[in-house]
Amino acid sequence: MSSTIRETDLGAGASKITPLPARAAANAPIPQAHGIARNPGMRLDLGFMESMRSVNRSALERRVASLTKRRSIKADDQAAWLLRAVACMDLTTLNSNDTDERVRRLCAKAVNPFRRDIAEGLGITGEKIRPAAVCVYHPFVATAVDALRGTGIHVAAVSTAFPHGLAPLSTRLQEIEASVRDGADEIDVVIPRGLVFGAKWQELYNEIVSMRAACGEAHLKVILGTGDLATLRNVMLASMVAMMAGADFIKTSTGKESVNATLPVGLAMVRAIRAYFEETGYLIGFKPAGGISTAKASLDWLVLMKEELGRPWLEPKLFRFGASSLLTDIERQLEHHLTGHYSANHRHAMA
Amino acid sequence: MNILERYHAMDYGPAPEARNEADAWLAARDFGKALFIGGDWKAAAGGKTFDTSDPSSGKLLAKVSDAGAADIDAAVSAAAKALPKWSASSGYSRAKVLYAIGRAMQRHQRLFAVLESIDNGKPIRESRDIDVPLAIRHFIHHAGWAQALGRDFPGHKGVGVVGQIIPWNFPLLMLAWKIAPALAAGCTVVLKPAEFTPLTAILFADICERAGVRKGVVNIVQGGPEAGAAIVKHPGIQKIAFTGSSEVGKIIRKATAGSGKKLSLELGGKSAFVVFEDADLDSAVEGLVDGIWFNQGQVCCAGSRLLVQEGIADAFIAKVKTRMSRLRVGNPLDKNTDIGPLVDLTQLDRVKGLVAEGAKQGAVCWQPDVALPSSGYYHLPTLATGVSPANILAQEEVFGPVLATMTFRNTEEAIELANNTRYGLAASVWSENVNLALHVAPQLKAGVVWVNGTNMFDAACGFGGYRESGFGREGGREGMFEYLSAKLPLGPVIKLAVATPQPVERSEGDAIDRTAKLFIGGKQVRPDGNYSIAVATTKGKLAGEVGLGNRKDIRDAVAAARACKAWPEATAYNRSQVLYYLAENLSGRADEFAARLTQLTGATAKAAGEEVELSIERLFLYAGLADKFEGRVHQPPARVVTLALHEPVGVVGIVAADNAPLLGLISLVAPALAMGNTVVAVPSERYPLLATDLYQVIEYSDVPAGAINIVTGRSAELTGVLAKHDDVDGLWVFADADTCAKAEAESIGNLKRVWTSNGHSLDWASSEAAGDALLRRAIEVKNVWVPYGD
Repeated sequence: MSSTIRETDLGAGASKITPLPARAAANAPIPQAHGIARNPGMRLDLGFMESMRSVNRSALERRVASLTKRRSIKADDQAAWLLRAVACMDLTTLNSNDTDERVRRLCAKAVNPFRRDIAEGLGITGEKIRPAAVCVYHPFVATAVDALRGTGIHVAAVSTAFPHGLAPLSTRLQEIEASVRDGADEIDVVIPRGLVFGAKWQELYNEIVSMRAACGEAHLKVILGTGDLATLRNVMLASMVAMMAGADFIKTSTGKESVNATLPVGLAMVRAIRAYFEETGYLIGFKPAGGISTAKASLDWLVLMKEELGRPWLEPKLFRFGASSLLTDIERQLEHHLTGHYSANHRHAMA
Repeated sequence: MNILERYHAMDYGPAPEARNEADAWLAARDFGKALFIGGDWKAAAGGKTFDTSDPSSGKLLAKVSDAGAADIDAAVSAAAKALPKWSASSGYSRAKVLYAIGRAMQRHQRLFAVLESIDNGKPIRESRDIDVPLAIRHFIHHAGWAQALGRDFPGHKGVGVVGQIIPWNFPLLMLAWKIAPALAAGCTVVLKPAEFTPLTAILFADICERAGVRKGVVNIVQGGPEAGAAIVKHPGIQKIAFTGSSEVGKIIRKATAGSGKKLSLELGGKSAFVVFEDADLDSAVEGLVDGIWFNQGQVCCAGSRLLVQEGIADAFIAKVKTRMSRLRVGNPLDKNTDIGPLVDLTQLDRVKGLVAEGAKQGAVCWQPDVALPSSGYYHLPTLATGVSPANILAQEEVFGPVLATMTFRNTEEAIELANNTRYGLAASVWSENVNLALHVAPQLKAGVVWVNGTNMFDAACGFGGYRESGFGREGGREGMFEYLSAKLPLGPVIKLAVATPQPVERSEGDAIDRTAKLFIGGKQVRPDGNYSIAVATTKGKLAGEVGLGNRKDIRDAVAAARACKAWPEATAYNRSQVLYYLAENLSGRADEFAARLTQLTGATAKAAGEEVELSIERLFLYAGLADKFEGRVHQPPARVVTLALHEPVGVVGIVAADNAPLLGLISLVAPALAMGNTVVAVPSERYPLLATDLYQVIEYSDVPAGAINIVTGRSAELTGVLAKHDDVDGLWVFADADTCAKAEAESIGNLKRVWTSNGHSLDWASSEAAGDALLRRAIEVKNVWVPYGD
C-alpha cells in the first residue's frame, strides 16, 4: 500500500472539510495497482460523533425515493453495471443447514459465475468478472479457502457470535482468530446492538478495536444490525464509532433481522463514510446486505454509491453486496440483454 | 464503447424517454385550429398564429392559433352560456366530471409528461414524477370539494365565469390548479396558457371532450398579451386568476380596479432557504437541489436565497459545491437529466444578464465544471457567494438556476434577512430542533413554510403569497374560497360627499368646550396640519369640530400601527378579553353614544339605542371568536402535517361609511382586531364624533397603544393615502364607487389586500354582515409543512 488515493488524488488533510473530488476526478477508476490506505482508526471523538447526530428521516427517505428515479441505466450500460454488481458481490451462504459440499458448490459458482455463451456474448471472457468474496460461517472457512485457492476471490467469515453478537467478548475474539487462522482474509463481525441503545459508545469502541486487533491483516467489516437499531440516528452514530475504531467496511445487516438493508439506512451510512473521509482522509467501504435479490435493486445501490460518494466506491475494495440469490437474477437479466428473451432461473447454474 | 469499457467507466450513458407517441400526436393535429371554444376547435378569428419551439434545440414544434379579442369574446360567451346549467348541476354530477378528467389524465400521463418536457424543457423525471401526478391529484381531490360544497361552504356559490391566465413554468400543473377548483365551485372557465408552452393544455382539452365535460364549461384559448388583456378587461368575467410575474400582476390589479371582479394573484418570489447549525446538512443540500435547481430554477417559490448560519457556512458551501458538480445538465428527455434548458432564449439572456450584474455588484459566482450540450438554452447551475442584501441577486427574482448565499449570526438575524424582501411566497427552514423550526416559521412573511423540506405541494394544502407575491390561495379549503362568493346584505349606494354642512351656531348651551383629536399610538394628538372641520347636528347646528387629518397623520398612524407588537403577539385569549372589556366599557356609556347618534344623524332614541346595543353585541361576537376562528391541519398524501395557520394580515386600513356610523365602524374594526391586526381607521366623514368619543372608551379598555388608530378627515383623500402607503398590508374601504376603484388601482405599490364595497353601503344591522365573511378577510393563511418520522 505504497501510494494511496488519499495522498495522491484527493488532497485530503488540507482543511478539516475536504470536498469530494469533482465529477471528473470522482469518475476516475481507482488504479488497480494501488491499494487503499487502510483505516487506522482514531480516538473515540464524541464531539465529531455528536456533530453527525442530525439525521432527518423524512429528508433521507425523499432523497432515496427521488435518487432511484433520477438515474436510469439502459442497454449496454445496464449490462456493464450489472457486471459491476457481480464484481462487488460477497456471494454468501449463511444457513444453519450449510455443509462443506454446499460451500464448495458456492465457490465453484463464484469462480465461474456466467454461462459460457453469456460471457462470450458480453465480450468479457478476457476479464475475470466474478464475486469479490465468498462469505460463510466459520466451520466452512477452510473449505472455501481450499476451493478458492489461486482464484483471487476472498474468503469472508461471519464472526463474533453472528448474528446476535451476545457471546462473551473473549469468545468472540477467539472466533475471529480461529477464522483468520483458517485462512479467512475478511471478517464480518456484528456489534451487540444493546451497546447502541445504552449509548455505551466507549465500550462499543473498545470491543471493535479489539476485534480489529484480532483480525490482524484480515479486513474488518462491522455489521451494525441496522434493522434492530430503530432510528437512522442510531445507525449514523454506530457507523461513526465503528469507523473510529478501525473498521475497513461498515455493513448494514446480518440478513437475520426483520428489516434488511434499506436505501435510507444505506444513505445514512454512506454519509457517515463521507464525513469520516472528509475528517480523516480515509476511505471506508460499505456493504449493504440482506434482501438485495434483484438486478434492479442492485442498480439502485450502485447509483446511491456513485451519487453520494463517487466512482471510487464502485470498486470491490470499497463496496460489496452481501447476497445469495442476486447473482442468478443478474444472470437472467444479462441473458435477456443478449437475446431479448426473458430468462428462467433454471437456465443458470445454481450455486 | 463495448460493455467491458463501460464496466470500467461506470457512467450512466444515455437513457432517452421515447417520444414517438408525442411526435405522432403533434403530427396528427391541426394547430391552426387550437382554440377550444364552446367544445369546438377553432382558428383564431384574425387568422394569426404564434410559434412554439423545443427549448433543447430551438426547433419549431407547432404554429399555434393566436387568439385575439374576438376569440376571447367568443370564449366568454360560450362560458356564460354554459354557466347556468353547470352551476345548477349537482355537486355529485360535477364530482363525476372532475373524477373522469383525473382518471383520463392518468390514462395518458406519459404523453402529458413527454409533451411537457418537449415544450417546456423540464427534465422528464420532473414532468413524469411531479408535474403530471400532482395535476391529476388536483382533479381527483377537487372532485370531493364539488360534492362537499354545501357541507363546507354554506351560503356560498360559484362566482360565475372565470378568466385564468397561467405561466410557462408548470403549464399543466398550473392549469390543474386553476381549473379544478373552478369546476368544483360550479364556475365555467376561459383559460389562457402561456405562449411558450401551449401543448399540454391542448391535450387537456382533448381529455375534457372525452371525459364528458359539457361544451363551454372549459374553454382554452391560446394566445399572447393581447388575449390576456382581453380576458382581464372582459365585462363578462367575474373573476380573474393569474399566475405569473409581479409586474404583470400589478397591471392586472390596476386594470380590474373598480370592476368588481374577484381577483387572485400568484406572483413572483425570492424565497429564503434558512439553514441553522443544527440542521441535517446533507439533507439540506438535497433540499437546495429540489429548491433552486428544480425546473432550472424557473419556479416562483424557488429557494433562491440561501441563508446559512455563520458557524457552518464554509462546510455547507463546500457540500453544496460538491453536490452541484454531480448535477447533470442536458436533454430534458433523458431520464438522467437533472437540469434542462431554460424555456426560451429571452429567459436565458435575462438570467445571464442578472448573473453578470450580480457579479459586477460584488457577488462571487461559481459554476461547476459539468458538460453542457452544444445547442439549446442551457444555463449552468450557479452559486453566488458574498452576496450583500443590496445585491441584485438578493433582490430580484432571477427565475433561473442561480442561488444567492448570505450568512447570519443568530435566529433573529435569520428571520430579519429572510423577511428583507418585497416578496413573501415561500420559505424553507432547516433545523433538527422542532422548537427552533416552529419558533421561526410563524415569523416568516411567507404564505408557505417548509420545515426540513422544500417545494412540497399538494391539492389539499393552500399555496400563495404574502406581500408582493400576490394574494389568494390555491389548493385546499382556502383555495376553494377564491372561486366562491357569499352574498353580503347590501345597503344603498354611497355617494361621494360633496361638502359636509359647515354650521356656525353652537348647539348646546353651557357645556365646557371639548376638542376632539386624532388618536394615534395610544395618544390623543392634534392633526399635523392644525386645521379642523366642523361636525353638524341633524338640525344643522355645530356639534363639535374634529381634526382634518392629512397624509402625515396617516403616515404617523401607520407607523404606530406597525410599531405595535403587543397586539399581534398577544394570545387570542388576551385579545378576546380586551374586546370584551371594550364592549363592557361601551355599554357603560351606551346612553351617551345613543344621544350622540340622535344628535348627529337624527335617529330616533329607540333606533340609536339599538345601534349602540348592536355595536356592543358585535364586540362581544368578535371577542368570542378571537380564539375560535382557527386554522386547520391539512393531510397531504405523505408523512407530513401541514398546519394552515391563520395569521393577521398586518396593518389594516379601514375606511368606514356614514351609514350606521358607530355600528359600521365597530363591525369592521372588531374582526380586524380579533385576528390580531393593528388598525388605522378613518371613520365616517360626516359623523366622526362617534369615533372620537370612542377613543375615550378605547383609552381605558387596556387596548395596547397603536392597536387602533383613528384619523378623522376627508375619506376619499385619506383612502388614497392609505392605498399608496407601502407599509399598509390590507385596506377595507366602504365609500363611493370612485374612491373604491381608486383604492384598488393605487394599491399596486405593495399589492396590499384591498376589500371594497364597490360603492355600496352594507346593512350592518344584518347578521350576515358579521362573522366568518369578515374574519376571513382579516387573516392570511400560512401553510407550514412539517414532515415527521424518526
